[in-house]
Amino acid sequence: MALDQSFVGRTYPPTDPYEVGREKIREFAEAVRDANPAYTDVEAAKALGHPDVIAPPTFVFAITFTAAGQVIEDPQLGLDYSRVVHGDQKFAYTRPVRAGDRLSVTSTIEAIKSLAGNDILDIRGEVHDEAGEHVVTAWTKLVARAAEEG
Amino acid sequence: MTAKIAYADVEVGTELPAQTFPVTRATLVRYAGASGDFNPIHWNEKFAKEVGLPDVIAHGMFTMAEAIRVVTDWVGDPGAVVEYGVRFTKPVVVPNDDEGATIEVSGKIAAKLDDNTVRVDLTATSAGQKVLGMSRAVVRLA
Repeated sequence: MALDQSFVGRTYPPTDPYEVGREKIREFAEAVRDANPAYTDVEAAKALGHPDVIAPPTFVFAITFTAAGQVIEDPQLGLDYSRVVHGDQKFAYTRPVRAGDRLSVTSTIEAIKSLAGNDILDIRGEVHDEAGEHVVTAWTKLVARAAEEG
Repeated sequence: MTAKIAYADVEVGTELPAQTFPVTRATLVRYAGASGDFNPIHWNEKFAKEVGLPDVIAHGMFTMAEAIRVVTDWVGDPGAVVEYGVRFTKPVVVPNDDEGATIEVSGKIAAKLDDNTVRVDLTATSAGQKVLGMSRAVVRLA
């Protein structure tokens, strides 16, 4: 069933802050086997001009996708998550995410399309720090594949 | 922000050093834990096949995380990445054997933009198939 177009433009309340920890960044960097010292060594990060260790570019997805749960699980929208695949992902950074950040995400439904029975949902997550400054915007395209006939 | 590559030293067509990233089931379990994405298609073969996949597949976000390393290892400071986007075109299939799969990533300068930034176009393949499309990063150089 096609999703309701009237949800386009809907913005959900900002999430409670997610506190970025040094050890969580280390765990993530090790999981993607990225040995860049900017992720684990405070002095190396400072030498690059960062106040603390920074997170790999895609780290913030865990935070924005959790926030997008508000949209995905909105019973009024009625998305069939069991049929959803991740179509596209994009980030635009004002600055890198870093340890000590307390990040809040505001999710907005940017677009809803129906193509060959597939529902396509574009969600924008604006990530701000505790001071209200923009850190990064994440765009996530989800595709709910059409249910099989019969 | 301290990129070790100078804007003046690159041209459209300049190639970044290519890299190959191995992926095994253990890699995916570890990524699941670190990222919080516990979808069973990334670790449970029976479940993956039930939903029509050939086998367990890598997290798209894992592939995205590996692909940008061609840029961040080249530029030195990961904080130099201004934009990064991909389309997930084909899954990276990860068999349960000693070898797993590999993701091969190359990149080249596609455009020189304002403010010392360049657009890098990335190509990521696994088992001869392109696994990312429209894979582009904008990076601020020195």
